[in-house]
Amino acid sequence: MKKFLSGNEAVARGLFEAGVQVGSAYPGTPSTEIFETLNQYEGIYHEWAPNEKVALEVAYGASIAGVRSVAAMKHVGLNVAADPMFTAAYNGVGRGFVIISADDPGMHSSQNEQDNRHYARAAKIPMFEPADSQDALDMMREAYDVSEMYDIPVLYRMTTRVCHARCLVTENDPLTPEPLAYTRNAKKYIAAPAHAVVHRMELEEKVQKLAAYSETCRFNKMDIRGNEIGVVTAGGASLIAREVFPEDTSFLTLGFTWPLPLKLIREFAKQVETLYVVEELDPFMEDQIKAAGIECIGKDVIPRMYELNPTILKEALTGEPTPLKTVEAKVVPRPPVLCPGCPHRGFFYTLSSRKDTIIAADIGCYTLGGLAPLSAIDTVVCMGAGFTVAMGMAKAFEKTGDKKTVFGVMGDSTFFHSGITGAIEILYNKGNVIPVVLDNSTTSMTGQQDNPGTGYTLMGQIADVISIEAMFGAIGYKKVFTVDPQDLKAMKQTIDEAIACEERCAIVVRRPCVLIKRIQHEQALCRVDRDLCRSCRRCLSVGCPAIFFVDGKSMIDPNLCVGCTVCLQVCPFDAIVKE
Amino acid sequence: MTMNNVKTILLAGVGGQGTILVSRILTHALITAGFDVKMSEIHGMAQRGGSVSTTVRYGDKVDSPLVGKGAADVLVSFELMEAVRWSDWLKPDGVIVVNDYKIRPLPVASGVADYPDNYLSALNEQFRVVAFDAGGKAEELGNARVMNVIMLGAMVEAFAMDAFDWDGALKKHVPPKFLEINRKAFETGRMLARKSS
Ligand SMILES: Cc1ncc(C[n+]2csc(CCOP(=O)(O)OP(=O)(O)O)c2C)c(N)n1
Repeated sequence: MKKFLSGNEAVARGLFEAGVQVGSAYPGTPSTEIFETLNQYEGIYHEWAPNEKVALEVAYGASIAGVRSVAAMKHVGLNVAADPMFTAAYNGVGRGFVIISADDPGMHSSQNEQDNRHYARAAKIPMFEPADSQDALDMMREAYDVSEMYDIPVLYRMTTRVCHARCLVTENDPLTPEPLAYTRNAKKYIAAPAHAVVHRMELEEKVQKLAAYSETCRFNKMDIRGNEIGVVTAGGASLIAREVFPEDTSFLTLGFTWPLPLKLIREFAKQVETLYVVEELDPFMEDQIKAAGIECIGKDVIPRMYELNPTILKEALTGEPTPLKTVEAKVVPRPPVLCPGCPHRGFFYTLSSRKDTIIAADIGCYTLGGLAPLSAIDTVVCMGAGFTVAMGMAKAFEKTGDKKTVFGVMGDSTFFHSGITGAIEILYNKGNVIPVVLDNSTTSMTGQQDNPGTGYTLMGQIADVISIEAMFGAIGYKKVFTVDPQDLKAMKQTIDEAIACEERCAIVVRRPCVLIKRIQHEQALCRVDRDLCRSCRRCLSVGCPAIFFVDGKSMIDPNLCVGCTVCLQVCPFDAIVKE
Repeated sequence: MTMNNVKTILLAGVGGQGTILVSRILTHALITAGFDVKMSEIHGMAQRGGSVSTTVRYGDKVDSPLVGKGAADVLVSFELMEAVRWSDWLKPDGVIVVNDYKIRPLPVASGVADYPDNYLSALNEQFRVVAFDAGGKAEELGNARVMNVIMLGAMVEAFAMDAFDWDGALKKHVPPKFLEINRKAFETGRMLARKSS
């Protein structure tokens, strides 16, 4: 019977069917559910690594030692993991090794929309691009075969709409591949220059062979329906192209997209009068096709930015606008917000009223502390950059004479991901920075995954809790403050003390996220006494979605409030009560 | 080109309103009826109280799981402003089923912007609109959370989808102890849609 699976669920099934035994990943939208789904299958060790580089290395180690393995991450995670990937391409694999990269065209949940197909070409590793959930399942087995046959890691490139779209999927029986017996092989696995120069040549030979494989790969499919228009397309974009082009259009749909099957493309191009290349984001295929001397139309008409959809593609091809009706009414933007009861609120509220601080923050729910009305963040770059960008700013301020106190701010998961080196940098190089970890005891932005500080593993085992305070202490911070952000008085006092502190200090701001299911959260409600409310709007400055202003006074939506009392503490007229 | 018998339903709302259950029940009924079905949903950042949408498409054969502007047959919006925000994703002859309920975006809540009060009339000028206070009705039924199934019932009525096995789909996706109230919610939605059109 067919199942209605998301691309991520289908990938998990594909990993199971391919006999994968070890997997390591770091959460990141749109890739996260792949590993959350692996729990359904017996026999696969799977974990959340502290970061993507660790994940890729763990999976690679398992491949070297003789079992099929996988690493999964979102697109920006592959930047973090790129170092081992490039060298794993040189050394080759033991058992099959697949690296899943989930890109996010349109930046639904990301800080950029980099096109990770370039990584396949740059690292010279083969790449699959499933278009839907059935592909996502079926291609996985082939990806492991390719990895083993050509002795190379494989990049499995997904996009948001492939990961999060559902369609009907036929499952297959799982394989049980024999593990390889491990024996030491220094020439293969010690990446020293003398070995690397040899691997370099071997890699070039592998790429040649993979180019030949690409020409006959069963996932590169030609469908000739007419001689006028032909479309070369791949991945999620292929479904959009199918929908938009006329019935008599011929298609060359590619599921294996690096190395490209250039002979096949040339042969296809000969059979049609006009050739289009339809791909999302960069002209990755188009540039290579044009460089091969094949004429085609692509990014000269089709947008190279954002997500494609049938309307956008149709308008690009025809130059005609889609008939639309416009409702004559203005809408207000509705960006995501810190939840009612979010522990990050107390920290950002406390800093939002200060004019003497700079906050280099990071990526997580707390990024939302940069939005109005809290507006308490100066910079956000990438995971881990909170501490280090703060460091650079502090060094610059030493030159410019700016006297502001610089805080480097990140969440617990981000601290374990790539904050620890920044904490070392600040101490070692005498930075005038106070590192702050907002520890909500979960990786919340991506859906509350466990991390090295939470005491649980992905497979549900009890784990050692790695103490953030002890880490700061071990690095050499002389004073580590721990504070509950929901106690605004204590929060303010801690900030004041840290700024005045003569010793090197760090702050751990700790309260669990209200969305953590494992915890019994206090059930309470705050209410505005409308007789006491003097319309000063101070409670609105905490940026809580449960509070709104009606008929000249504040009100709290009882369906949203969780009784955290941050608004109650800021009200100068005691007009908010807890019940 | 996809056969033009493919229909597209767009579910819109605010992160946390739980469009997920409705899309599950909906796709279950469509699949049981033998259609090819695709669905696309957005996870991650936007779920923190942001504007969210789910696309459900069905027909003999569906290619793309998502559509662009001017392409949806029905818009089911769990919130009033979201109906306006997503209205240009409808075909010119599209239908809107909307919960007449306001969730104030932060700029409105904090008094920096207004929540216009002309939304319903503005929507009505352009589209066939089925609107009612599904949240209030749900509370009358005794459980505010069945608002979504009321919306589903209304959509089924407004979009003439009564030939499907909705009860089977409800049974499959609702815990037994909540089945009765959800059945009632579904019928309430259908009745409200009949009244309002
Ligand atoms: C390199 C990289 N990997 C993964 C992500 C996805 N991501 C964004 S925020 C986040 C979680 C941050 O968790 P934490 O620091 O604990 O903050 P919280 O969201 O819990 O406040 C993750 C994993 C990313 N943006 N960049």
